[in-house]
Amino acid sequence: MFSSVAHKKFLDKLMLAVFFTAGFITIFITIGIVYVLLSDSIEFFKEVSIKEFLTEKEWTPVFATKKFGIWPLVAGTFMIAAIAVAVSIPLGLLIAIYLSEYASVRVKEIAKPIIEFLEAIPTVVYGYFTLLFVTPILQKIVPDLEAFNSLAPGIVLGFMILPYTASMAEDAMKGVPQRIREASYALGATKLRTAVTIVIPAAVSGIVAGFILGASRAIGETMVVAIAAGMYPNLTLDPREPIQTMTGYIVQVALGDLPFGSIEYLSIFAVGLALFVIAFVFNSIALWLRSRIREVY
Amino acid sequence: MNKKLNSRSDILFPILGFLAFLIVISFMLTLIIDVFIDGFEKIKDPSFYTSYPSRFPSQAGILSGWIGTLLVMAGAIFWSLLIGIPAGIYLEEYATKRGIFGKIETIIELNINNLAAVPAIIYGLLALGIFVYRFKFGESILTAGLTLSILMLPVIVVNTREAIRRIPRDIREGAYAVGATKWDTVRDHILPYSLGGILTGLIIAASRAIGETAPLVTIGALTFIAFLPPSPFTSEFPFIAPDKIWEVLMSPFTVLPIQIFNWVSRPQAAFQINAAAAGFVLLILTVLMNALAYYFRQKVRRKYIW
Repeated sequence: MFSSVAHKKFLDKLMLAVFFTAGFITIFITIGIVYVLLSDSIEFFKEVSIKEFLTEKEWTPVFATKKFGIWPLVAGTFMIAAIAVAVSIPLGLLIAIYLSEYASVRVKEIAKPIIEFLEAIPTVVYGYFTLLFVTPILQKIVPDLEAFNSLAPGIVLGFMILPYTASMAEDAMKGVPQRIREASYALGATKLRTAVTIVIPAAVSGIVAGFILGASRAIGETMVVAIAAGMYPNLTLDPREPIQTMTGYIVQVALGDLPFGSIEYLSIFAVGLALFVIAFVFNSIALWLRSRIREVY
Repeated sequence: MNKKLNSRSDILFPILGFLAFLIVISFMLTLIIDVFIDGFEKIKDPSFYTSYPSRFPSQAGILSGWIGTLLVMAGAIFWSLLIGIPAGIYLEEYATKRGIFGKIETIIELNINNLAAVPAIIYGLLALGIFVYRFKFGESILTAGLTLSILMLPVIVVNTREAIRRIPRDIREGAYAVGATKWDTVRDHILPYSLGGILTGLIIAASRAIGETAPLVTIGALTFIAFLPPSPFTSEFPFIAPDKIWEVLMSPFTVLPIQIFNWVSRPQAAFQINAAAAGFVLLILTVLMNALAYYFRQKVRRKYIW
């Protein structure tokens, strides 16, 4: 109340500086990530050639003859993500169409938080559930399914990414103007026909963006695969066998004692860099697709 | 003829969609019930919450786990109050979108959007490379708090911005008209009106961070901690010892999710009971935090109707 105008103005400038600094600092997070991944990866590639990293078909960093070919890890990662997406897309689309075109407001109000809670469940709990509940049940159905495999984690991840595949698809379909639906109904089309031939095509970029973000989430997910998929770098397409993903390898090495600068320590940054690049590409595609939604209407 | 087929599809499809939704609900319920039944023996045992981990499964408990979780989360929330929320306020309330600052703002915004999509384990590598080895913070509570706060940042910024965006322009114009500076306006109007929304975001972000395992495993958090950090409280005024606070920040730790991971990975079946029990505790914490955030959100929506 007694503060002078000058004091007030000074305080105003000071607070602007405080808020700006807080915002500016966040840039350093990305700089830090890129710096750490690049600098330690460069050290790694001084000892292991990029050619070996990208062409060798074996990943045996803990054996006497170390081989650093990333393909087994990439293959494991993508196989689990593919299973997750194969489970999640049909389930997610069914739920999205139901919620957006048929369900009452009350059902929607209950359903959305429940689906979004799937992402809040701690991943380590999903891991426990996968290893000790889902895998034993699947073993009764699928012959020769090993205790560690990529099928069970893939299925569980399929549910885990439903907030992307179902919830985001529903958001995209909700964004389609009601008048377009009314026009379709006026021509005699049923709700299902309208949903399939009008709403989904109009919302397709948003729906696909959700799928891609979901896949990206499955690729980066760590604990479920570290617990239930095994720790065995295995270049295979058989979902019944144990495998190792990129994230799983990082956890395996980090669990041991890491001498700073050792080849194992450096290798997790090279794997991390590859993972970062893959996630970045997926997210850029999703962002690009989402920006297209706005152009339609 | 065709008409009949069509109307039948509109009866069948909602049933199919609802069944798909039921599958999701039963998946979730099965998970919760499975963890509860598997861990029941330990969940009801009071000494489980007051014991350290042990190599005997029957004696092992989660004392160091939940205290570690509490301390690490306190750190993560502290950093979020210091960086995340102010960053959100800057982007929504102060950003000018003009000149050199406008360019920086665009970069900050793009940057935070991208951070939201970075896999959590990459933050673990960032923390390992920078905080643990280059800053020499070690595998400490300080490192863990910083790491989780970075993970929380995108969620907090998005929620802070949304909460501020809901405040109509008139409020600001009114304050400026009577001679308030920007900071006066933010302090007296923007912050009080958006506080509910900002807190909701903080709780949601914290509920995600509390279950995070991968980044903390990556920085090398220990799984077997049979002691607690030193207490920074003293019996004399001012009842808190500053030098002890540093000791707490630098002490090694374990958290509930890491304890669970460790127990799941053990071959002895008896440890699985502990894993399930601790998993159930973590699950309940997550449910409570999400319920609290949901309640807050509803309350804020009813309180301020512009």
